[in-house]
Amino acid sequence: MQILQYLINGISIGAVYAIIALGYTMVYGIAKMLNFAHGDVIMVGAYISFCVTNYLGLPAIVSILAAMIVCTVLGIIIEALAYKPLRGTSSLAVLITAIGVSYFLQNAAQLIWGSAPKNFTSIVTFKPFSLAGGELVITGEVIITIVISVLIMVGLTLFTGKTRMGKAMRAVSEDRDAAQLMGINVNQTISMTFAIGSALAAVAGVLLCSTVPTLMPTTGSMPGIRAFTAAVIGGIGSIPGAMLGGILLGVIETFSKKYISTEFSDAIVFAVLILILLVKPAGLLGKQVQEKV
Amino acid sequence: MKKIWNKLWNNKNTRTNLITYLVVIVAYAIMQTLYSMGILSSAMKGYMVPVCAYISLAVSLNLLVGICGELSLGHAGFMGIGAFTGIVVAALLETSIPNEILRLTVAMFAGGTMAGVFGFFIGIPALRLRGDYLAIVTLAFGEILKNIFGNLYIGLDAEGFHMAASAGKVQLLEGGKMILDGPVGATGINRLSTFPMGFVLILFTLFVVLNLINSKEGRAIKAVRDNRIAAESVGINVTAFRMKAFVVSAFLAGMAGVLFGLNMSSVAASKFNFNTSINILVFVVLGGMGNILGSIISATVLYILPEAMRGLDDLRMILYAVVLIIVMLCTWSPSVKNVMQRISAAIRDKVSRNKKEAGTNE
Amino acid sequence: MNEYSRKMLKVPTYNLLREQDMGKLPVLDVRNLGIDFGGLTAVDGFNMTIGPTEISGLIGPNGAGKTTIFNLLTSVYQPTRGSILLNGIDTKGMNTAKVNKLGIARTFQNIRLFNDMTALDNVKVGMHNEIRCSFLSSLLRLPSYYKSEKKANEKAMELLDFMGLADIADQKAGSLPYGVQRRLEICRALASNPAIILLDEPAAGMNPSETAELMHQIRRIRDTFHIAIFLIEHDMNLVMNVCEGIVVVNYGKIIAKGTPEEIKNDPAVIEAYLGRKNEVDA
Repeated sequence: MQILQYLINGISIGAVYAIIALGYTMVYGIAKMLNFAHGDVIMVGAYISFCVTNYLGLPAIVSILAAMIVCTVLGIIIEALAYKPLRGTSSLAVLITAIGVSYFLQNAAQLIWGSAPKNFTSIVTFKPFSLAGGELVITGEVIITIVISVLIMVGLTLFTGKTRMGKAMRAVSEDRDAAQLMGINVNQTISMTFAIGSALAAVAGVLLCSTVPTLMPTTGSMPGIRAFTAAVIGGIGSIPGAMLGGILLGVIETFSKKYISTEFSDAIVFAVLILILLVKPAGLLGKQVQEKV
Repeated sequence: MKKIWNKLWNNKNTRTNLITYLVVIVAYAIMQTLYSMGILSSAMKGYMVPVCAYISLAVSLNLLVGICGELSLGHAGFMGIGAFTGIVVAALLETSIPNEILRLTVAMFAGGTMAGVFGFFIGIPALRLRGDYLAIVTLAFGEILKNIFGNLYIGLDAEGFHMAASAGKVQLLEGGKMILDGPVGATGINRLSTFPMGFVLILFTLFVVLNLINSKEGRAIKAVRDNRIAAESVGINVTAFRMKAFVVSAFLAGMAGVLFGLNMSSVAASKFNFNTSINILVFVVLGGMGNILGSIISATVLYILPEAMRGLDDLRMILYAVVLIIVMLCTWSPSVKNVMQRISAAIRDKVSRNKKEAGTNE
Repeated sequence: MNEYSRKMLKVPTYNLLREQDMGKLPVLDVRNLGIDFGGLTAVDGFNMTIGPTEISGLIGPNGAGKTTIFNLLTSVYQPTRGSILLNGIDTKGMNTAKVNKLGIARTFQNIRLFNDMTALDNVKVGMHNEIRCSFLSSLLRLPSYYKSEKKANEKAMELLDFMGLADIADQKAGSLPYGVQRRLEICRALASNPAIILLDEPAAGMNPSETAELMHQIRRIRDTFHIAIFLIEHDMNLVMNVCEGIVVVNYGKIIAKGTPEEIKNDPAVIEAYLGRKNEVDA
């Protein structure tokens, strides 16, 4: 029963990682850049939601929507100002710029909201379920997180598979030049990817802080790196890969904390990443591309 | 044939190297003079040794990122290995080597060697990967190392050396001393690092890196970066050369870590995290990839800049971030570069016209 | 396939050596080489020998598998079937660098120079395994470093001079014109002191006068260094004039082998290049 409990908790935290990882993976697939500022967009989303519920007293659902809108706009602005001018240049230059953006967001948040942690009120109000005579406790956050992440995954799969924009995104990630020649507006597609990724980040921020209620300017960094790891485990660029990697990472993290060592859980998670990359150098669901000679 | 020889003698590489050494030596001379004249503020004095450490770190990372073309996001991990090894070695040798300079030197080589050995073992799996995947694996190793240091307990007492990976396992006799105390890190460090030693370390790093770049090994490393398949086709064992660069870079980072660690009275494992790795990478990229003098200058400026802006308090890191983004856009973006070129051309045009007018007036 | 080339395929391989190489071991002896990519057979049943000072050509329509054969010979790909004997040594399982050390150097269809390095440095990289100087002595700048560097510079300049490139020694390889880049690639390949050099479309992108110069240089390389040359080329004038033996492939299989004269008149070759007569008519 214990194992089941940890499994469920692991899947729940993994689902949050998966939602964040989707943002990393989509942006990487399409813009071929490691967007290290993505983790900080999560933090901004959480702060917006916090402000809307605590200062304006509006219901949770409104706060999530507000966070999504602000983050979407933020994502588009960041892309247009910081990343778009560097398109086609060294990927390292874009990486450093992304780090600059990350610093900016963290410090702007510190300026606006202060460095003291805020106590995030969970968006979930209903009581935990007790099953098997109290041995298995499923909190409302766990249920909401899993439900929302399933909805997002189904929605995103339908979006990339069925809609025009989704198909354009897939085409751009496959071959940007060919997509452009076929009349796809590459710039618009990339902006759209950032918009979706950032909106997802906002949701992830709210869910994350509902589970772990300390909110501060650096809240997004570590989950960001974790989720990024998850995206790589699943095969960066692959949407199902991000989902798989996220959940796998969450479960591994929970189990290693409970059964191996709390102190070394970070080391274990990253060691798993290295092991997976050694066996499958492009991640679990990634495609290995060979250079043509 | 003679003409060709002359060309070779006026070698551009040799000239650039000489300039690099010269800049470092002159800068040291100036700083040392100011120091002895007592003009430097105490804050400035405090920056001098860390700046030396960061310069060495930036130069060694430049070998990997700029020359070898491999993105590493875990350089702080090697710095950390060096720092903690150095601290432990220095503490162990406190009685056997009374001479501080010698003890620091031994600690530096010990730290460098330890980092180099780790670099080798990390390199075996990591260097099978390329590009962004290598970057991610180095990030992962950096985090693993940080995690391990943060849970390492090392103590020294009359019975000798004690080491454990969890709190409370190290029980010391009376008069014993904890050298490393888990998440708290190393405390009560005997501060051995001095500015002249920092200067020597920079010279040593430059000597190794510049000599390496301008040798057959350096050519091979650059060849692997420019075109891996072509390099293989002329008999260069690509993995071996990536490994050489990786180990040398780790070794130098370890030495710099020792200098850094033995300059602090206490240092925690969390210092050697992803952010520090990224900061070193920023020095390298802003200084120009493969440009050693550039790394030296940008490490100095970018380390002192946020420190000097302390007066601005909350705004300083935002300003730093904005400066970073703007500099990146100005140096890399084709469209921004284009605009800048047009502006500078217009200014030059105007200046030359003014000169001409001045000429006709005479 | 005419009577003569059919006969040639059956006779033991050493009989294929040209007059000047009679009685010597072939530098390259390829037996029943084949590779599959997934379910697709890219090369199959490739047999040939090349004498130690022979110039031979590999021709065939686009997509026939010519570059794949070069990639197999240089261990960029590992063959699914068959073996490659380089001076009698089986190269199975070796990497590209090892194969080069044993004596195969090559150029690439889409030029692969070290663009950020000077022409001279490109050639010096080619001489990598020829330069005898330990890691430590170059790190510590011992006299042996200066000696080996001086020797390397001299030899690299000689090679550049040989290919008529001495005056661009200090220029960045990436900034050179196309034809010059192709010759520099040959120069770099020669620098690794090979026993056989594979040229992948050396005349592509060259104008007629450059091509004529290249033909002359290819012969001169053989006559000066006494090495074998194996080239892929679409310029039939070059192939017919320079090569002593020609292998024609189509769909990954050899369809003809012989001297330029024989190949010119081989109906199978004509069919591969022009299509069958009735198809053309129809």
